[in-house]
Amino acid sequence: MSTEFLRLVDIEKQFSGVPVLKKVSLSIGRGEIRCLAGENGCGKSTLIKIISGVYDFDGGDVFIDGAHFSSLRPVDSIAQGIQVIYQDLSLFAGLTVMENLALNTHLEQRKFLVRREDMRVIAERCLAQIDVGIPLHKYVGELSVADKQLVAISRALVNDAKLIIMDEPTTALTQREVDSLFAIIKRLKDRGISTLFVSHKLREMLEISEKITIMRNGIVTADDDIDKFDEAKITYHMIGRHLDDIRFKATPPTDKPPLIRTESLTRHGAFRDINIHVNPGEILGITGLLGSGRTELALALFGKKPADQGKIYRDGKVVNIDSIQAAMSHGIAYVPEDRLTEGLFMEQSIQRNMFATIYECFVNRLGLLRLHEIDRASSETITRYGINTDRFRNPVHSLSGGNQQRVMLARWMMTDARVLILNGPTVGVDVGSKFAIHEMLREIARSGVGVIICSDDMQEIIQTCNRVLIMQDGMITDELQTEGIDDSVISLRLKKARQESLS
Amino acid sequence: MTKYLQKTEFHVFIILVAFSLVCGSMNAGFWSALNIFSVLKSSSTVGIMALGMLMVIVAGGIDISIPAVAVFAVYSTAKYLVSINYSGGILLPFAMATVIGGLLGCVNAFFISKYRLAPLIVTLGMASACTGFLRTFIGSSVIANLPQSMFDFSRATILSVTQADGSVARLSVAVVVLAVVTALVWFLMNYTTPGRGLYALGNDPVAAERISFNNKRIQFMAYGLSGALAGITGVVHVSLIRQANIRDLEGVEMEVIAAVVLGGTAITGGRGTVVGTLLGVLLLTVIKSSLILMDIPSSWQKVVIGGVPILATVTTSLRKKSF
Amino acid sequence: MENTKHMAPSLTSRLFHSEDNLFQLAAITILTFALMSALSFDTFFTLRNITSMSFLFPELGIFAVGMAIAMLTGGIDLSVVGVANLASILCGFMFIRFFPADASATTIVLFIAAMVVMVLLIGMICGCLNGFLIAVFKVPPMLATLGTMQLFTGISIVITNGQAVVGFPEQYSAIGNGSIGPVAIPLLIFLAILTVFSIAAKRTTFGIDLYLIGTNIKAAVFAGLRVKKLLIFAYMLVGALAGIAGIIISSRTNAAKADYSSSYILQSVLVVVLGGVRPTGGKGTALGVLLAVLALQFLSSGFNMLRFSNFAKEFVWGAFLLAIMVINYYTNERRKT
Repeated sequence: MSTEFLRLVDIEKQFSGVPVLKKVSLSIGRGEIRCLAGENGCGKSTLIKIISGVYDFDGGDVFIDGAHFSSLRPVDSIAQGIQVIYQDLSLFAGLTVMENLALNTHLEQRKFLVRREDMRVIAERCLAQIDVGIPLHKYVGELSVADKQLVAISRALVNDAKLIIMDEPTTALTQREVDSLFAIIKRLKDRGISTLFVSHKLREMLEISEKITIMRNGIVTADDDIDKFDEAKITYHMIGRHLDDIRFKATPPTDKPPLIRTESLTRHGAFRDINIHVNPGEILGITGLLGSGRTELALALFGKKPADQGKIYRDGKVVNIDSIQAAMSHGIAYVPEDRLTEGLFMEQSIQRNMFATIYECFVNRLGLLRLHEIDRASSETITRYGINTDRFRNPVHSLSGGNQQRVMLARWMMTDARVLILNGPTVGVDVGSKFAIHEMLREIARSGVGVIICSDDMQEIIQTCNRVLIMQDGMITDELQTEGIDDSVISLRLKKARQESLS
Repeated sequence: MTKYLQKTEFHVFIILVAFSLVCGSMNAGFWSALNIFSVLKSSSTVGIMALGMLMVIVAGGIDISIPAVAVFAVYSTAKYLVSINYSGGILLPFAMATVIGGLLGCVNAFFISKYRLAPLIVTLGMASACTGFLRTFIGSSVIANLPQSMFDFSRATILSVTQADGSVARLSVAVVVLAVVTALVWFLMNYTTPGRGLYALGNDPVAAERISFNNKRIQFMAYGLSGALAGITGVVHVSLIRQANIRDLEGVEMEVIAAVVLGGTAITGGRGTVVGTLLGVLLLTVIKSSLILMDIPSSWQKVVIGGVPILATVTTSLRKKSF
Repeated sequence: MENTKHMAPSLTSRLFHSEDNLFQLAAITILTFALMSALSFDTFFTLRNITSMSFLFPELGIFAVGMAIAMLTGGIDLSVVGVANLASILCGFMFIRFFPADASATTIVLFIAAMVVMVLLIGMICGCLNGFLIAVFKVPPMLATLGTMQLFTGISIVITNGQAVVGFPEQYSAIGNGSIGPVAIPLLIFLAILTVFSIAAKRTTFGIDLYLIGTNIKAAVFAGLRVKKLLIFAYMLVGALAGIAGIIISSRTNAAKADYSSSYILQSVLVVVLGGVRPTGGKGTALGVLLAVLALQFLSSGFNMLRFSNFAKEFVWGAFLLAIMVINYYTNERRKT
């Protein structure tokens, strides 16, 4: 028996003539923890779908357990012991843990009847594999994200899984939960089960994996033991060039009050006793893991989920921000994390997406919109923000992620916002655009706007912000100037904050 | 114990008991065998349809074509049987109407699953198409000379109680049909893989497909059964009133949806139980019959039926907010 | 020139290439007209028939505009006919009770105007209830309006005992039966509404906001739109339009009844879907609605000439609705590839 479980050789894949995978090779040994890294759009999700049999491949060979496959269907893949845990976990909120665990086994065995007793046996066997206790009768909708993930993992393990593919499993987990997930992955390794860990978080890759495969633009750029890499080296292979070590220096005017300041701002169950301030021209970073309360704080400043105690000062005056409209009237803007569901109107035109918030400014005396003026302003804005399109009437979904984010920025900057809050400003944005957006944010700050960036991308924080706050369990635990430090310092402080909160 | 207290079924049950107690205290006739039997009898038509609707709603859809399908099925069955001077048992009428209803339900499922169209609009169109087709090509006059077995069905009782005043209250055999359908649907929804598939589909169609449920087949099952049960309801209804009229059951879909929603079924799919639905049907029938007992004109029924599901969803949404 | 770089496409290219299939729809409408004229030239292509059509289709058209507004926001309003009947019944009661038959012409006109305002108000109140349930209590539009349809019809039955309300004054019936020159008054009302709708949809903040809400309601909240207020207002408009339709129907037939014209529910959904309004919201035009309502009226009127019964028409409408959606499915599929 060879030590190699899966081997892909020169896999090629095209989508309507556009090659997305160009002779990609990958091998995973038994019990190996391999990381698949790469920027969005590098082809890693296509590769996963080929391994799981969802997509056909146009060229190349697949060997599983030494057996050759010239094509692969989902059934084959599952039969060979390959299980994928998708980012959305694919669980049923309205069914119990037991059913979620047992249903696919039932389907596989083509059973018509459902016996509770059989289900319980299957479910208990599932959970026993990773040695966790989750009440079987509970509805999955009532579980925490971490528990849901455990359910998804144990479901994948049933029926002798040999390779578990996890697609960005840590996105929605708190650090503590990430730790226990990693412990489980290591336990699986001891039992000879391989893991393909798909991620873009450098820290996690270095912590968990033994080997790493890095992809860029449909080709493998690096494939080796993890010991031979550090964060800079991984980044280099992911984006194809070395990052300039930029720091943003702000020189806030001393004679003006902060643009925005909070005093013991609290929202029960989300964050408490928050005292922060942003001066004109500053870019303040707020980082912290999921569940730290950073998103909730941003939403409170934007009036989406208002704080229930404490005060907010704008330009030195107390303001009451109890709705989005109130926040907007005080010049506060918010670019949400999830462009797709919270930010953009995908089928609507670029123009409508840019002007959604400020159409009222273009109303004439009759209450009608001055369409020509809007058209002219659209052209100008598209040029100013470097949005790559030839028609502003094209739907916004025709743009790339980076250009979509520019549309979002344009929308809010046209409101003459004085405080711009961004949650994960470059999630799902390709590297080129990422730097352009960062530069745009610096530009905005230089014009006197106060910018707040919530992000868990340390690189982004260190290069774009002049000051960073670390949040943990709903409180600010640390504050750093970014000048003269690198991102490992922040990571270290984050870890420290975590340990303190644990003890 | 707290597990039961939190269940919507339990709340509906409490409301049903409380409402019955209030009605009983206001009108002694409420607890008479006559009234109870009549509540059960009128629950059975709505109940059978509601169980079909339950499956469709749990699977994330809606079917407002059921009255049209029911009438189509039973009217064409009756017309055919009369034309051949049918004199056999009740089984054939039931079987025919069930098959016709089931096929029409499958037409719904075809449009909804193949073309991914909005169930509301598809079944709205089907309702119109069925009614129009029936009245144009099959017939539109009242059929009163139904086969003997259907008359017999209307007279058949399973229980008779002599009341205090000497009159005899009889429990219609229609209740048995409801009981059988309930048992089957309950078994299907809780103890079979495709039955659980209804819930899976209503929860998350993509995830259901990933664990290799066949969503299209589940939709055919849901709408097909909904149509078949509508056909059964048609036969029960027509037998009970002893004539087939194309205007029968008009607007009953609202009552059915009201009952299902009242029973704690999420209108957005994925959640709902047979027990809850039956309780919802009973509650709705009791409310309706109490209107009569309290001498409120029957014209108020429509108001009540329209208001009930709205009230039910509003209270659910308020309860969610308070958490 | 910099500005022309991102300019809008020309009108013709929009007609031919727009996603709304307007060109295709216009062709269907003209073809229907031609077909019906050819099938029964003597009866269809006559001034009398065309005049009679111009009294009929505005009712459906007005309901359809209301339905289109609801669908643009991603909802639906099944209660429109219920609202129309309730409003015209209440209006009829007011006439029977208070109409000053022997008063001066001005008083009568003023009274009728007051009644029209009242009907609009009733429509808006009903619509407000819908909007409130949908926007504030998050009741799915389908369920909310199915319930209120029943509720409004129920109230109508309660107050009329299911009987028709008759005895509208003569002067009132001028609204539904009169014409200015050769043009029917209902047609004028409909065209006015359609024009306002068309302008509002393209050239007002409110109109564009409705498209945005229908496309992505969550994003609309984050973009700072007052979503609840806008939704309630939209459904109030739908209610008001239903009220107007109610006025036309009751004045044309000189009666109001709880279960009048219930077939308009299906037909207005049909018109809207045929007119290219997307059932999930965010897409649709006034021109599409106009073309669709014309096509439908030509068909309906042609069926009358061919002695189709109302039942046969009911069948055709249902089948037509399903067919249109299937055709839309295929054209959309083709566009994707």
